[in-house]
Amino acid sequence: MLYSEKVMDHFTNPRNVGEMPDANGVGEVGNAKCGDIMRMYLKIEDGFIKDVKFKTFGCGAAIATSSMATELIKGKSIEEALKLTNSAVVEALEGLPPVKIHCSVLAEQAVKAALSDYYTRLGIDPVPIVGVLSDCEECH
Amino acid sequence: MVNIPMGRFVYADNAATTRISEPVFQSMVPFLTEQYGNASSLYGLGRDSRRAIEKAREKTANALGAEAREIFFTSCGSESDNWAIKSTALAMSHKGKKHIVTTAFEHHAVLHTCQTLEGQGFEVTYLPIEPNGIVSVEKVEKAIRPDTALVTVMYANNEIGTIQPIPEVGKLCREKGVVFHTDAVQAVGAVPIDVKAQNIDLLSLSAHKFHGPKGVGALYIRKGLVIPNFVDGGGQERGRRAGTENNAYIVGLGTAIELACASMEEKNAKVSAMRDRLIRELLKIPCTRLNGDPVKRLPGNVNISFEGVEGESLLLMLDSKGICGSSGSACTSGSLDPSHVLLSIGLKHEVAHGSLRLSLSDMNSEEDVDYILEQLPPIVQRLRDMSPIWEKIQREA
Repeated sequence: MLYSEKVMDHFTNPRNVGEMPDANGVGEVGNAKCGDIMRMYLKIEDGFIKDVKFKTFGCGAAIATSSMATELIKGKSIEEALKLTNSAVVEALEGLPPVKIHCSVLAEQAVKAALSDYYTRLGIDPVPIVGVLSDCEECH
Repeated sequence: MVNIPMGRFVYADNAATTRISEPVFQSMVPFLTEQYGNASSLYGLGRDSRRAIEKAREKTANALGAEAREIFFTSCGSESDNWAIKSTALAMSHKGKKHIVTTAFEHHAVLHTCQTLEGQGFEVTYLPIEPNGIVSVEKVEKAIRPDTALVTVMYANNEIGTIQPIPEVGKLCREKGVVFHTDAVQAVGAVPIDVKAQNIDLLSLSAHKFHGPKGVGALYIRKGLVIPNFVDGGGQERGRRAGTENNAYIVGLGTAIELACASMEEKNAKVSAMRDRLIRELLKIPCTRLNGDPVKRLPGNVNISFEGVEGESLLLMLDSKGICGSSGSACTSGSLDPSHVLLSIGLKHEVAHGSLRLSLSDMNSEEDVDYILEQLPPIVQRLRDMSPIWEKIQREA
């Protein structure tokens, strides 16, 4: 298993790791059975992601993709965060081994799950905005 | 790219492979340089090679309580397993016997070979493993049928190091008249083996697990047991496994097995003391379990699950501190399922993902153990602090 230097950097020194007691959007994806769980905390103000934190149980790629996803959405508008794709995460990490692509899918979904929670808390149906979150295909 | 940090380097993955010892290396050198003769040649250069190979065969036989003519050199443990199982299956199928008994936690060299045979019309019973990582002899007995062609049970498990009741299974198979193979790749040099006393018909071994070179192994075939040849061709290995002999590596195997078995007791005492200290200290970390029987296990094997932690992350962080280990996590196997061995002893998926195997050899020192014990607990803590499931695990503990 060969990871890029960027992946190793984000694994060794993950950005934005931790919890956020005053988050107004929290999402968790994955399951312990398949070995990866990501929880993403967002603090959204005026339509912008003011702060983001994550906690991840998983392999090196799971930790690195979580870290990179938080970096890519921090300070961005909700609209921009919704456009985050797993391939953008992979690209920013300078590639991932093929068996680890599913970790980048989880990272994208963790962001979307947190945004869904944000809208749900506001009493707004998240589905028309965020879309339906599908489970990671490989977990089934 | 060899990425070894400036600080300490601790190799604790001896179940994966071992370092070639200096005497083994020195014994091989002449056969990689001036003694290049083909062992089948008539002149002196060839005869020297022949003598060296036959000497290595005697040493291998002595280590197993076998006769030299019962030892056949191969390229690796997997080849030995393939030969033993496929050839026995083929020979027995002519007698209408098409059933194989094995265990659920064999090495893939055995499991996948059995699966191939299933595709060819054989029926295979994969026996469950007891929670302590040992197969029940009673279950082996119950699984044997009149049409059983072969029983194959590993001598010691490669992941959790548990030593199987091989003499008992051997005795049972001999009484029932069933051919008995054991994959002893992890056991040779670590457990006293006597193929005659233990009623073993076929035994696989591999040199690189006991400070010999990679790329050479052996299969013991009990005299009188007739199974088909593995490689047809010239007369090498008495015509049963053709191909010009790998002189240097066979010589290396001979030196390594002789050394490994000569000092077994002394070496095991040293290695198992280090193992037990590692296990004792690591189990002080909360929500941690030892996988496999604490006593009936290989002298160098430590296999521990740290709940709330994923194995690959653990290995990467250990690597950054210069410590080499391995894990039964899915992420290190290239699939999404964790180790079949850990699942076979009843571990939940999430616990199996957090397993760490540290395997020691006589080349390790107490200082290595000190270093692991200094580095590992903070790494586990760091990953648990990052883990969204850790709080829940603590609450439930």
